Amino acid sequence: MDLLIVNGVVYDPVNGINGDRMDIAVHDGKIVEQVNRSQAKVIDASNMLVMPGGVDIHSHIAGPKVNVGRLLRPEDHAEDSEVKGLFTRSGVGGSVPSTFTTGYRYARMGYTTVMEPATPPIKTRHTHDELNDTPIIDKACYILFGNNWFAFEYLKDNRIKDCAAYVSWMIDALKGYAIKVVNPGGVEAWGWGANVRGIDDPVPNFDVTPREIIRGLCKVNDLLGLPHSVHLHTNNLGKPGNYQTTLDTMRCVEDLSDSDPILHITHCQFSSFRGDDWSNVTSAAPEISDYINKHRHISLDMGQIIFADTTTMTADGPHEYTLHRISGNKWVNLDIEAETGGGVVPYTYKPKSYVNSIQWTIGLELALMIDDPWKIMLSTDHPNAGPFVEYPSIMSWLISKHARQNSLGDVNKKTPRRSHLTDLDRELSLAELVVMTRCAPSKALGLTEKGHLGAGADADIAIFDIDPTRVDPSKEYLKYDRTFRRAAYTVKDGVVVARNGEITARHSGKTLWVKSGLSQEALSSLKDELRERFEEYYTVQLDNYPIEESCLTKSKPVPARSNL
Amino acid sequence: MSIEVTLITGRSTSQGLGLELGKHSEKYKRGVASCELNIEDMKVLGVETDDLIEMSSECGSVVLRVAELEQAVPRGVAFTPNGPWINSIICSSTSGTGMPRYKGISVKIQPVKEGLVADVSSLVEADKSDH
Amino acid sequence: MTINVYDNIVCPFCGCLCDDLKAIISDGKIIDVKNACIYGLTKFLNYSIERSITPVIQGNNGRDNVDLKTAVDRAAHILVKSKYPLLYGWSCTSCEAQRVGLELAEEIGGVIDNTSSVCHGPSTEALQDIGESTCTLGEIKSRADLIIYWGSNPLQSHMRHLSRYTIGAEGRFRKMRDDRTMVVIDVRNTYTARVADFFYQVEPNSDYELISALRLALRDEEVEQDEVAGLSKDEIYDLVNMMMRCDFGVVFFGLGLTMSLGANRNIDAALSLVRDLNMRTKFLIMPMRGHFNVAGADVVFTWQTGYPFAVDFSRGYPYYNPGDTSAIDILLRGECDASLIVASDPVATFPAEASKRLVSNPLICIDPHLSITAEAANVAIPSNFVGIESAGTAYRMDTIPLPLKKIVDPPEGCSSDVEILEMILHRVRELKR
Repeated sequence: MDLLIVNGVVYDPVNGINGDRMDIAVHDGKIVEQVNRSQAKVIDASNMLVMPGGVDIHSHIAGPKVNVGRLLRPEDHAEDSEVKGLFTRSGVGGSVPSTFTTGYRYARMGYTTVMEPATPPIKTRHTHDELNDTPIIDKACYILFGNNWFAFEYLKDNRIKDCAAYVSWMIDALKGYAIKVVNPGGVEAWGWGANVRGIDDPVPNFDVTPREIIRGLCKVNDLLGLPHSVHLHTNNLGKPGNYQTTLDTMRCVEDLSDSDPILHITHCQFSSFRGDDWSNVTSAAPEISDYINKHRHISLDMGQIIFADTTTMTADGPHEYTLHRISGNKWVNLDIEAETGGGVVPYTYKPKSYVNSIQWTIGLELALMIDDPWKIMLSTDHPNAGPFVEYPSIMSWLISKHARQNSLGDVNKKTPRRSHLTDLDRELSLAELVVMTRCAPSKALGLTEKGHLGAGADADIAIFDIDPTRVDPSKEYLKYDRTFRRAAYTVKDGVVVARNGEITARHSGKTLWVKSGLSQEALSSLKDELRERFEEYYTVQLDNYPIEESCLTKSKPVPARSNL
Repeated sequence: MSIEVTLITGRSTSQGLGLELGKHSEKYKRGVASCELNIEDMKVLGVETDDLIEMSSECGSVVLRVAELEQAVPRGVAFTPNGPWINSIICSSTSGTGMPRYKGISVKIQPVKEGLVADVSSLVEADKSDH
Repeated sequence: MTINVYDNIVCPFCGCLCDDLKAIISDGKIIDVKNACIYGLTKFLNYSIERSITPVIQGNNGRDNVDLKTAVDRAAHILVKSKYPLLYGWSCTSCEAQRVGLELAEEIGGVIDNTSSVCHGPSTEALQDIGESTCTLGEIKSRADLIIYWGSNPLQSHMRHLSRYTIGAEGRFRKMRDDRTMVVIDVRNTYTARVADFFYQVEPNSDYELISALRLALRDEEVEQDEVAGLSKDEIYDLVNMMMRCDFGVVFFGLGLTMSLGANRNIDAALSLVRDLNMRTKFLIMPMRGHFNVAGADVVFTWQTGYPFAVDFSRGYPYYNPGDTSAIDILLRGECDASLIVASDPVATFPAEASKRLVSNPLICIDPHLSITAEAANVAIPSNFVGIESAGTAYRMDTIPLPLKKIVDPPEGCSSDVEILEMILHRVRELKR
């Protein structure tokens, strides 16, 4: 049935709409110019805020390490259960919700697309099985390459074209969407209990440096024309003083692009520390923001801290071990043959902790000091810096200085004067917030049919019961905080899937992945080349490694603009 | 003459193959309704391979065949493959862990002349009423 | 005569999930399988021997052969009437079937539990307290120079484990047998112990004490006793030194630890020891999962419900408390009033009292084997063999997912576990309306 959303206060920055009262028409899962009102379901959105559905560029929702996180936290789940409903399966929440609950909770908040940012290639079948069981939202996964033995060997010899063929095959075979790099070289070193110390520190036994890995994969990405840039978790993440490594990293690919972003640095808060040790760590947001303001080749997402009990999980094995040693919390380590690693450690961010509260200021400083909201996206690296259900808190902090002042009142006494946040007056407009949570992620991901409400866009729409022309975001941030947690309507593919917190339809989203542009001959000769080493490096057969398209409940392949 | 030993139950090849060949097979029964003892303990009991013994725990007793010596069993220990015979004497209580004690159980062993249950189905009293 | 050869077949027997098997089919029958161990080969060549292909309903009037629809209908009636049904097994079927099982358990408000409960459930319980330093098997093949099998006898349980993954494997950084040291810790001198470089015989029920002594020695504290758990003080220090001095060590542990006195506390200690060893060197630990898809059952249960086994849906949402919601405990308390057993034979493997309780209630069994449970069942529905007659996904002991393949057709009318469960679920929903 067609849909007509009438008289909403619409924010659609891509199409220059900034709070105009207008109608949105939906036909066959897409936004169209108009529909016949008498044959449509009509939603009266008068005095309600209408925006595109949320797009989350980085959230750990599916796959082996996420599942280990779920396994590790029965105590977390026991306090937060979801009963089976008319359109919903039962489940559990906490910081690592079960798969059904994950889909429903995103939908309730008006989010409609979520990217799983790190899947180990050999276990990606698992990631897709979980994504299949994550209802409503559209999704995709990024494939880990930064500690991959084949990639190391290609890049050490500067065989960019051959590496590109390999990556193209891998992404197609594993039904992935982008190249993900985590602590390049460092996770391979962790295979021996070690790490790398900077981007020029060679990887033991492979003699390739993180700089070469990052540059090489950026060139590969360019050759393949993948829809997203290389998505990077920096070396030295979480260490005092690491902002230097982050600057080195951003500089090391400056020459590779003069316009569009070629590198996305994820959860940048964790990579923006000044200081020598934990007692004197401070924010490097000014340095990082300054660089970003002067350059165009990097995009970021925040990695904003929420003061809550959560669960950290990354492919950065050595970092997770460090976190375990610092916190004393239980620790799972997950090294993966020839490819990557990972770890899971529960963690609580406390406002009275000096370090945690400085971390909290860093994410916000980045968002407020970077002039262009198209360059920095909202995220918590869920669940690493905080659970995704707390995004509305972040939205309040961004649109209201009062909200920030209020929270600054709760933090460690040393923090306000050591941070820049107290002096930052900027309050993001609603349009800027929509950019950070919808438009910018869609653009960064090459999702041309998402993040806007023009004709041809996917009918993924969020309607919030708040009138932005009458409710001042700055002073009445609590109202926005509350409203953003429960969309009045969430529309996905033209179907009303959530209404005031209730899930109102059974709906399956699509799994997006990038098809390889390689010819059959090229693929064949690549596999012949790989076969012998594959036998040596792995304990599974090459022919059992790829995943059939039929394994995805709803597959949406997208072509790459390959220049190979 | 009876002795007290610690019983370990576990995987054996015949038990594993029985999973695929069927639990009514002769091979399964011979392998699984049996018990490996230490050679010194066998002398004390006065038994040899293929003789029968009765093994009792606090939860029941069962008659088994003395098995061929394959993997050396220490003095004071008996090994029996997992299966319905030995399950007659495994206690079900789990001490709140979900897992019964299948290994490290105190049992008493004495020689007997007969009583080996021939067919595995007889060990299981099926309730045949209508449902 | 048509001969077909299928490469890269995944073996559906144990947690090794070897995926390099080559099956030779002649006129639709398997005539040989290369690279399989005796267990796998026996399964592939003999699976047709003890099986039924007709559903059976049994009651006061004896056994009746029925059609699938009738059996499904009877099963659905039993489940709908039941107040606290138990859905148990799941480790010898596909993940796709496990997913339907979870949906069914939720629909009828029952308890769903898998064989981990009587196998590595305690290992998972310990992991939930301590964590686990682990990896995939290829990491062992590539890097491990110290391999310890503790309470595990792979030459009898996981026959190709040594040749594919540990001392017999040729890895990037460890090419020769001499590059690795193998240690076995067990209560008896098993076949596996005999191929080890070092064998330590531990007294039954004493692993916890031994691990505690090792942890003390590791922290440079004095072990005051001359002997612990059957090992001398010297042996204890030798073992700790071996562990500390290796470059990359691994402990594979089996049911010797989970089934002995202490259960999950033994694993707790072992996980803590390995965690502590990581302060000195690189060390990992891995449970030797038995059935070919028990790891998959834990994985699927966890992503859908948040919990790995013993999941109780009677409140309308998942609730987990092993020792309370686990199969044997539910049976012993007499609360279970019907059960559905899938791909498992608990009537044969449970202790007698629990087994009796199972058969004293309405019992439905879905299994390709003519198992003891199937013989005792009120409704026995034969399914086909996943990995031979139908495809599906399974997870290896290190949770790598692999595709089980269909290589021969099942007998006429013999459906897969997935199909049968979906039929039951559909009928249950009809009855509930």
